[in-house]
Order: sequence, then C-alpha cells, then structure tokens
Amino acid sequence: MSDRLTVFKTYKLYVGGKFPRSESGRVYEVTDSKGKWLANAPLSSRKDARDAVVAARKAFGAWSGATAYNRGQVLYRVAEMLEGRRDQFTREVADAEGLSKSKAAAVVDATIDRWVWYAGWTDKIAQVVGGGNPVAGPFFNLSSPEPTGVVAVLAPQESSFLGLVSVLAPVIATGNTAVVVASEKAPLPALSLAEVLATSDVPGGVVNVLSGRTAEIAAPLAAHQDVNAIDLAGADEVLAKDLEIAAADNLKRVLRPQPVDYTETPGTDRLTAFLETKTVWHPTGSLGASGSSY
Amino acid sequence: MAPVFEYAPAPESRAIADIAPSYGLFIDGEFVEAADGKVFKTVSPSTEEVLSEIARAGSEDVDRAVKAARRAFEKWSALPGAERAKYLFRIARIIQERSRELAVLETLDNGKPIKETRDADLPLVAAHFFYYAGWADKLDHAGYGANPRPLGVAGQVIPWNFPLLMLAWKIAPALATGNTVVLKPAETTPLSALFFADICRQAGLPKGVVNILPGYGDAGAALIAHPDVNKVAFTGSTAVGKEIARTVAGTRKKVTLELGGKGANIVFDDAPIDQAVEGIVNGIFFNQGQVCCAGSRLLVQESIQEELLESLKRRLSTLRLGDPLDKNTDIGAINSEEQLTRITSLVEQGEAEGAERWSPACELPESGYWFAPTLFTNVTQAHTVARDEIFGPVLSVLTFRTPDEAVAKANNTPYGLSAGIWTEKGSRILAVANKLRAGVVWSNTFNKFDPTSPFGGYKESGFGREGGRHGLEAYLDV
Repeated sequence: MSDRLTVFKTYKLYVGGKFPRSESGRVYEVTDSKGKWLANAPLSSRKDARDAVVAARKAFGAWSGATAYNRGQVLYRVAEMLEGRRDQFTREVADAEGLSKSKAAAVVDATIDRWVWYAGWTDKIAQVVGGGNPVAGPFFNLSSPEPTGVVAVLAPQESSFLGLVSVLAPVIATGNTAVVVASEKAPLPALSLAEVLATSDVPGGVVNVLSGRTAEIAAPLAAHQDVNAIDLAGADEVLAKDLEIAAADNLKRVLRPQPVDYTETPGTDRLTAFLETKTVWHPTGSLGASGSSY
Repeated sequence: MAPVFEYAPAPESRAIADIAPSYGLFIDGEFVEAADGKVFKTVSPSTEEVLSEIARAGSEDVDRAVKAARRAFEKWSALPGAERAKYLFRIARIIQERSRELAVLETLDNGKPIKETRDADLPLVAAHFFYYAGWADKLDHAGYGANPRPLGVAGQVIPWNFPLLMLAWKIAPALATGNTVVLKPAETTPLSALFFADICRQAGLPKGVVNILPGYGDAGAALIAHPDVNKVAFTGSTAVGKEIARTVAGTRKKVTLELGGKGANIVFDDAPIDQAVEGIVNGIFFNQGQVCCAGSRLLVQESIQEELLESLKRRLSTLRLGDPLDKNTDIGAINSEEQLTRITSLVEQGEAEGAERWSPACELPESGYWFAPTLFTNVTQAHTVARDEIFGPVLSVLTFRTPDEAVAKANNTPYGLSAGIWTEKGSRILAVANKLRAGVVWSNTFNKFDPTSPFGGYKESGFGREGGRHGLEAYLDV
C-alpha cells in the first residue's frame, strides 16, 4: 500500500471577510528555512492593498462603535480558536522559522497568551489613559481615547506568528481596523491566522491580510489618503524612511521600527500609538458636588 | 438702531511695556547678535509703527543655541525634580507679577485686544507654568512608568497668534520633564519671547536651559533639521507640518505637531440661542479668528437658521473694532499684511464662488491691518470658504436637517482639531460628541482652554497632545 498523498492548501488573501486570490493573479514560492517548497502564496498588488483599505474603512464604524466589552469577547474568542488549531500553527511556525517542534509549540502558546492579554485590555485602556481633568472654571471635561482609524501594519519579518500577533492585536483591541502585510519570507502563519479570524467573531474587514513583497505593498499603503496610521515594524531602515516620508502627505501616525523582544510581555505603547485623545467640555454652572451643604 | 450710550475711550497705558530699540538673540543666557549680523523689524499691526529691531537668527545661530542647550542639558536633567519645579514656580510667579506689562506688550506686537491678552492669554500662560511646575517632581506618577527620562534638546517653533501662550505650552512641559529648549518665535511677534528671556534671568534659570531665536522660516527649518535636536514641537500651518514630518523621517526625533483646523460649530434647534450666539462669536471672532481651533464653520439646523442668523447679525453689529489697547475693543488688528492679504483673497474667492458675504457697518482705521467681521451664507461644502482654513474673522454658515447630517458635514474636512455642539439635550451631546472626529469638543461653550486638559488634533490637524498629563508624553523617552 502506497503512502497517502497529502492534500495541499491553496493560501489566499483575506480582505473584507473573504478569501480572494490576488487581483494580480501572481503568486510566489514560500519555502521553509531549509529552502524546501511549502506553498505558493499570493503576491499582492497595489490594487489588493487599495481593496483592503476600502474594506478596513467600511468596517471601522461598527468595530470602533462596538462596546469595549464586546471587542474583548471577540478577541478572546480568537484565542479560543487558536488554541483549537495549536498543532497546525506549531507545524507552520516550525517550518517558517526553522524551529524544533517543541520550540515552535512554545511560540504558539506565547502567541495565544498574547491574544488573551490584549483581549483583556479593550475595556481598561480608556481608564488607564483617559480621565477627567480638574479645569479651573465651571466646566466638566473628560479626555477619552479613541481609535485613530485604519492602520496599516507591516508585520515583523522574523517573528512570523508571535510578532505578527503582537503588532496586530493592539491595533484592533483599541477599535482600529487593520491592513496587515505578512512577513515576506514567512507569510503562511499570517494567512492561516486569517482563517481563524474569519471563523471567530471578528467582523469582516476589521483585519485584512496581504502577503507578498513588503516594499511593494507598503508603498501604496503609506501614501494612501484614507489610511490614518502605519506601523513600520516589518520595514528595514531604508524602506522605513521612504514610507515615513510618504506618510507625511496626510500626516499619518507613524510607529517607527524599533528592536522588540516579542517574547517579553509588551507595555501599552502599541495600544496608545494608534489612539487619539478627545477632550469633551461642558459647562457645569458650579465647581462640583463638594459645594453641597449635605 | 443708534446706541443709547457711546463708549468713552478706555486706553490701557503702553508706558508699562518698556520696549528697547533693539534686541539680540538669547543664547546661553546672553543676548547676542546674529552671527551674520542680520536684523529685522517688528511692527505693531494696528499702527504699522516699528516697535523694535530684532536680531535675525540663521543656521549658525541655531547651531550655537543647540550646543548651548546640549551643554545645559546634562545638569538640568540631573537636577532633582523638586528643584526644577521651583524654577518653574518662580517663572509662573514672575509672569503673574509682570502680567500687565506682558499683556500690553503682546497687544502691541500681535494686534489682539488688550481684553484678550489681559483676561485670556496671560492668566493661561501663568497657569501652564504652575501646572507643569507641579509635575516636575511627580513624573513617576504620570503613568509612563518609574523614572521616565527626558529626551534632550527640544527644538520648538511657535506661531504668531498666541505668542506667549504657545511659548508656555512648549517650554513649561519641556523644562518640567528635564529637557532644554531652543525656541523660535514667529517673525511678526518676537517680543514677548524676548521678555520671557528676561524672566528666565530674573528666575535665575541656569544658562542655556532656555534659548530664544527670533527669526524666519529658514531658522525654524534649520532648528528642526539640526542633528543634535532630539525633540521637535511645532504649532502652525498644516503645510509646514507636513514638511516637518518629512524632515524628521528616518530620524529618532520625537515629534508633536499642532496644525490647522476648520472647526464645526453645530447648533441644534433646541439650543439656547443667546448663549449659542455668544459661543459662535467667541468661536470665530476671538483673536480675529486667527485661532487654529476656531469654529469657522457654523452648522445650523435648518429650522432655526433665520432666527439664529438674525440674532447673530445683531450681535455682530455691536462688536467694536479698533485700537487693541482700548479696553472696550472686541476686534483688534490682523497680525500682518501678509495675513490680511490671505484673508482678503480667500474672501474674494468665496464671493466669486457664489457665497453671500455680509459684514456689519464697521469703520476700519486708516493705518494698520484690519478686516471687518464677516459672515458667509449660502455656503455649500464644496466652497473654498467651507474647506480652507482662512485664519481670520470669517464665518461660513451651512445648514443641516438631522443629527447624522450634522455629523457627516462636520467630519467632512481633512482637519480634526475642534468642534462645538449646542443643544439642551444631554444624550444628543454625548451621541454627537462621540461621532465627531476632533480632538476637542466643546458642548454649550467654545474656545475654552485649561492647562490640565489635553489639546490637539485628529487627522491632518497634527499628532500628539499638549496640556494635561498627556502633554508630558511628548517630552519623555516613553
């Protein structure tokens, strides 16, 4: 009896909750760390990037308007689904990063725990970074954080899964929507993550995943007038500078690349980098309850 | 209707502000000439009188000032926070003591009414120093972790519309967090910054901690591009802000930008009309509309348009334009001839595009730069006067029918700095405030500022916040 022939998987993009092939019809070869062919991944075009921005913008109103509690539940659901696919991701991470099975499993565990960590942040960040201000006058004013909008995320090149989740989860936890450019060399965990997002409760368009040449996809995203912010984690120094210049055209918020140890528990930097602060004033007519005679 | 009583002249004495015939650059605790010996004149916009001749900084001076700030940084940043706090408290107190002098000076150099410099600018300037003074020894509690570190030398470029207030917004948090400063005031309003240099001297501030470089855009550009500047802070136009964002690309410089705006002031049909009219007037005619967060687009619910416009026109007819040093003046001079030309050309464009222009009967003085308060009705969203920041006393009136339409129109701008909501209905305030894409939303009030409150914009109105706990972040390595 001959060995069973395995069924290959056709990896696709994830845009607006659907799994299209690249508009360009192009693919590129993804290999494991030893150069063995793993799959053909879509080689996204400028048009795919624009479509992804449209989808992300469309999803922004409902996602940013959802309650923080609801967003937390949805993110936690992602962690649940990841746990169920732990073996698949372990295999993919092992192939992508050339790790032993046990090391890859540790990375996947850390990644799932990272989702859980960010899931818990959705309804706390406003309390940590917002608040009431003691204005010197008969006014009540409140500063609260709000998502900045559509965020382009260049996922880290070397950490195909833990790094990816570490930059993506904070963006959507705070109510932004994201267009993610997967690691150029190791895109498969990102494309599989899209399948998890699609089958958890994350609304279509909240996360859009593109694979291909980082520089090629990032250029139109950095210049796009309807993108509000860009995380340059996956860009090298030269590319990052070019993208930052392009991003100045509509004053995108830019998170510059910096050395990050993704195994460490993150701080709140990536949460606050894509938040605006809105301060709302209202007259009170008095200076507060302490004036009461009771 | 003729007024029953005429106003008697009530001029503030200008003698209290002793302006020297010339000033140098303030570098390393000394007033010095520019390296290339260049100077420029600062004039009073209300009379065109030359007030003083000022040294004009060039790139060599920028380099000297940055070096001085770098030398001073080591000691200043190592000083215990409590000591830095005391310096800032001293400065705050001296500002209070000299506030009448500074108010007169600011009015002379800027053209804005003494009523505003005396009652708004100066109290806020002192308040900012007091507020940030208290942070200097409490940075561990600011929410940025234990012992957050300063960035180094801050290069700061400020505009002419609130010269001393913008200086305070920039310098107070920079010093509180342990940074040293090189600040370039605008070329049309350098005087109050130079008087501030004297306040630093009186306060005994160590040399080089604050350096003031009056000059033009070239000096600002050189400062921002200087390789030894660690932090860039700019308030001004969106076009220059974009240029700065390009300049700092690929560097480690931290940047905050406070840029333009085209604020929507939304009046619903249940609004308290008289208060709304006051708020609209304050929103767009405060400082002759030369305010980045000015409520320059009035969005009024269609059903009350007539009533509101009638009240508004009646109110505008009572505004007094003229000598800014007169305590009864509401509308002062436009800051410069250049700005007046810009306002005039945008208003002409508004008329040419078919918007209807109205101004109250208003006599303009013969010398100086003046523009009568102006309303545009019959404005559509496509009109230039509804889209471009005019930065002058020009209000464009648009209408809406539903709250959703009001929100859509308010957000229909590349800017996102400020907005106003006028309604008696609390739930509507909260619902609309939630949907507005603007950094500051005033409900049933407008143009209120306070050092404890973060200020700054969404979208092309810039990055970062000034004021409050949030304002510290811009000057800390976090």
